Amino acid sequence: MSSATDEPKKLTKKDLSADHPTWCPGCGDFAVLAAFFKVLEKLQIPHEKICTIAGIGCSSRFPYFVNSHGVHFIHGRALPLASGVSLSRPDLHVFAFGGDGDGYSIGGNHLDHAARKNINLTYVVMDNFVYGLTKKQTSPTSPEGFKSKTDPTGAIDRPINPMKKLVYGGASFVGRTHAAQVKHMMEMFERAIKHPGFSVVEVQSECVVFYPGIFDNANPRKGGEFELIEEKKWDNTEEDKARHDVTDENSAYELASLQYPGKFGVFYEADRPTKNQLEQQWIDASREKVGEKSSAEILADRFASMK
Amino acid sequence: MSVSATSDSSETSEGPFGSAEGITELQNAVIRFAGNSQDGIQTIGAFLAKLAGRSAREVMTYMTIPSTISGGPSIFQVHLGSGEVLSAGDESDFLVSFYQHSYDNHIASLKDGGICIYDSDHVEEIKKDERGIVHVGIPITSTTVEAIGGSARDRGKNIFVLGLITQLFQLKKEKLVSLIEKQLGRKGEDVLRNAMLAFDSGFAYPVGDIIGQQFDLKEGIEKSGDQVTTDGNTAMTLGLIAGGVRYGAGYPITPWSTIMEQLRSELPKYGGLFVQAEDELGAVSMAIGFAYSGHVAITGSSGPGLSLKMEALGYATMAEIPLVVINVQRGGPSTGLPTSVEQSDLMQAIYGSHGDAPRIVIAPKNVEDCYYTAIEACELAKEYSCPVIVLTDQALASRIEAFSEPDLSKMVDPKLDLGSRGEEFKPYPLDGLTRHAPPGAPMAEGKYPVVTGLEHDEWGHPSGNPEMHQRMMDRRRNKLKTLAGALTLPEISGDESGDVLLVGWGSTWGPIRESVSRVQSRDISVGAIHLRHLNPLPNGFEKIFANYKHVVVVELNDEGLYGSGQLATLLRSRYCDPKISSICKTDGLTYKVREIVEKIEAIVTSS
Ligand SMILES: Cc1ncc(C[n+]2csc(CCOP(=O)(O)OP(=O)(O)O)c2C)c(N)n1
Ligand code: SF4
Ligand SMILES: [Mg+2]
Repeated sequence: MSSATDEPKKLTKKDLSADHPTWCPGCGDFAVLAAFFKVLEKLQIPHEKICTIAGIGCSSRFPYFVNSHGVHFIHGRALPLASGVSLSRPDLHVFAFGGDGDGYSIGGNHLDHAARKNINLTYVVMDNFVYGLTKKQTSPTSPEGFKSKTDPTGAIDRPINPMKKLVYGGASFVGRTHAAQVKHMMEMFERAIKHPGFSVVEVQSECVVFYPGIFDNANPRKGGEFELIEEKKWDNTEEDKARHDVTDENSAYELASLQYPGKFGVFYEADRPTKNQLEQQWIDASREKVGEKSSAEILADRFASMK
Repeated sequence: MSVSATSDSSETSEGPFGSAEGITELQNAVIRFAGNSQDGIQTIGAFLAKLAGRSAREVMTYMTIPSTISGGPSIFQVHLGSGEVLSAGDESDFLVSFYQHSYDNHIASLKDGGICIYDSDHVEEIKKDERGIVHVGIPITSTTVEAIGGSARDRGKNIFVLGLITQLFQLKKEKLVSLIEKQLGRKGEDVLRNAMLAFDSGFAYPVGDIIGQQFDLKEGIEKSGDQVTTDGNTAMTLGLIAGGVRYGAGYPITPWSTIMEQLRSELPKYGGLFVQAEDELGAVSMAIGFAYSGHVAITGSSGPGLSLKMEALGYATMAEIPLVVINVQRGGPSTGLPTSVEQSDLMQAIYGSHGDAPRIVIAPKNVEDCYYTAIEACELAKEYSCPVIVLTDQALASRIEAFSEPDLSKMVDPKLDLGSRGEEFKPYPLDGLTRHAPPGAPMAEGKYPVVTGLEHDEWGHPSGNPEMHQRMMDRRRNKLKTLAGALTLPEISGDESGDVLLVGWGSTWGPIRESVSRVQSRDISVGAIHLRHLNPLPNGFEKIFANYKHVVVVELNDEGLYGSGQLATLLRSRYCDPKISSICKTDGLTYKVREIVEKIEAIVTSS
């Protein structure tokens, strides 16, 4: 144990690594994990204050591979559980991880509500356009025509647009990145973590087994183009007019409407009070009203009103 | 009820009040107010119940609430007495009818020789003299309008009637007035002034002269300590707080909502928080998040919502998360009878999940017990680290009773334990109780735990080992067997051996107890036990059962395909005893004492 005089021990990737990931070799999620470690090393969050939470899926096994307090919960419900942790434990850094099925299908409604409530936590979606763990069924982001075990002649349902969903839902930080772009991923993670409120990073993370090559068109090494969002610098220049205002919801929708593979970077970032803050204000006001009273005295007052 | 000390006059040929003029002393009185919910008849009942608590009288209330928001026919029945009051009363001694439909639908609930007061502005004049009932027409609406001055229309009818009742029963006027001032004073001077005008006008109305007598409702023996008067959901809410709950999440559904509403406003005073989630799946998940974070946490719902929480409850059993779950039962299945009572979620509470997922299930027997059951639920959850489901019901949720103010001197504030977890931290030791390491707690060995729903070993690492699954399954089951061994058998009321043992659970306690006294007076020897712990059951019921010819389980649920209610099915499966039989019903109403008595007599005579 460290005493007050000790230099706090630096948190390293070695401290943070747990079991070797059970993902298939080449799975995009490895790079997501590596980027996450690097950002934690950079930010030096106290080890015991890191809490990683996930639902079910290949990507949702993430907490097992991070040596931190963690929860491997049930399919689709990581966000409400993480909300409980965040709302009752302001001392923690809460992270939720998951896939497109977990987050946009079975957990889709929880996502909207965590977003609108602006719960202070960071959520990383490893979107591979397919159900990986259950071996290739159509996911809510599978493009039309994708041949899966549940759509042998090609997917017929219109996929959802995650970026639109996130902006519409009220997430106060919405970023998009690609698992083959580690530096960009790190930048997105770092900004998301530093953002107070509900921050989401959607990562295009390839499932090399069930949907290989799907993200090549945004990967320069595979002949694609990784096009970045240029954010406004507010420098009064002519070029700046064309740049993206991250606080403008309509511009975020415009970016989200671009032809696939679209652009990467921060779509939206707003400064909005978190539910954590708003609830705390109410708690503080209620505490002020009861003054120095102990719990037993507050309860006794309540009983007195029933006499 | 009545002039004599017994509460049952239905078999005497005379009317309940004799015929003498003047003042009749009453030990008990059941008064039913029948009107529309928007007339505030609940308010009359609530004031009378509160007054009873302040006057050393026992009280129990019963009400029906229309399930539509716009209101509709509704009743509030108050049973006041100086002796033990165990049920809201099968039949009433007094009926106050605000409308024609109230009269038509409720006159049958009035005892022979009872007194029916009706609003002659809305009910046709009643001339017939049926069953010795005394009919008293009073222009309640117009007299109220006159008293208040017309501006508020007929808003104060309920308070007018309260004044009338106060005078008729010689209730303590000053106490009642101070209650009205306290309650309505908050709503503004105008409201209070109008209420007092209505009250005084009712109080001055010569109802006693019209009936030809007045009543003196005896006060009981002063109880030690203060009495509080409240409903079951409020008692449950406060019990949770006393038990250490500071965090919770839920989704609205009748009749659970008033618990979540109260927790939402109360918990911030204690530095805690209750969150309205987007649905029940979110609510239970959030509550598990609170519990994982190191707090005593709750979620709750009514039948359909409990079904939605089931997957997460399976997780809580597997990951050994302490979690209190309140289920306020109502008529089912599906939307069913949302504002009626049933005890049909017992099997769902015990078995409703995927896999074998043992959990604790307990049930309160009356309003006071809601408070203590909630505290016990918190303690059991902490000790045994699993979901603890509390099965209350619609009848308990809304009825009002008076009970002794709880002793709060031993109440302790919950504390987060974020101390460093030592070497060899094993959350799930095969030979001991669960340990927890909430996030924020440093781990001495530098290895941090991931809490999982996958089967795991003692350290919580996922394990598909067949032997480990068996041993962990044993572990989760044996925790509850340990609890079973620590439980004591319920007390027997009535005869300790003989013809019939009645077995009940939950809100049927009062009518069952009253049935025992009634049947005993008919040469049938009968005892009763009431179960608080439903899963696990305490050990040793066979010793009690052996002393009776019949073991009859009284429940508010369906007799099922094989003729047994839900608890009866469990008891038959555990004890393989064919003498265990069932009294069941699902009409959405609480048991009338008569219904139980008749069935017992049928069972005894047919054997
Ligand atoms: C209630 C429930 N329904 C279904 C499943 C089966 N299931 C597990 S993961 C999964 C889909 C995972 O897809 P995704 O979230 O995209 O994660 P990926 O494996 O692609 O990373 C499904 C359907 C489950 N575990 N629980
Ligand atoms: S199945 Fe696909 S998503 Fe799952 S680990 Fe393998 S490559 Fe990754
Ligand atoms: Mg996927």
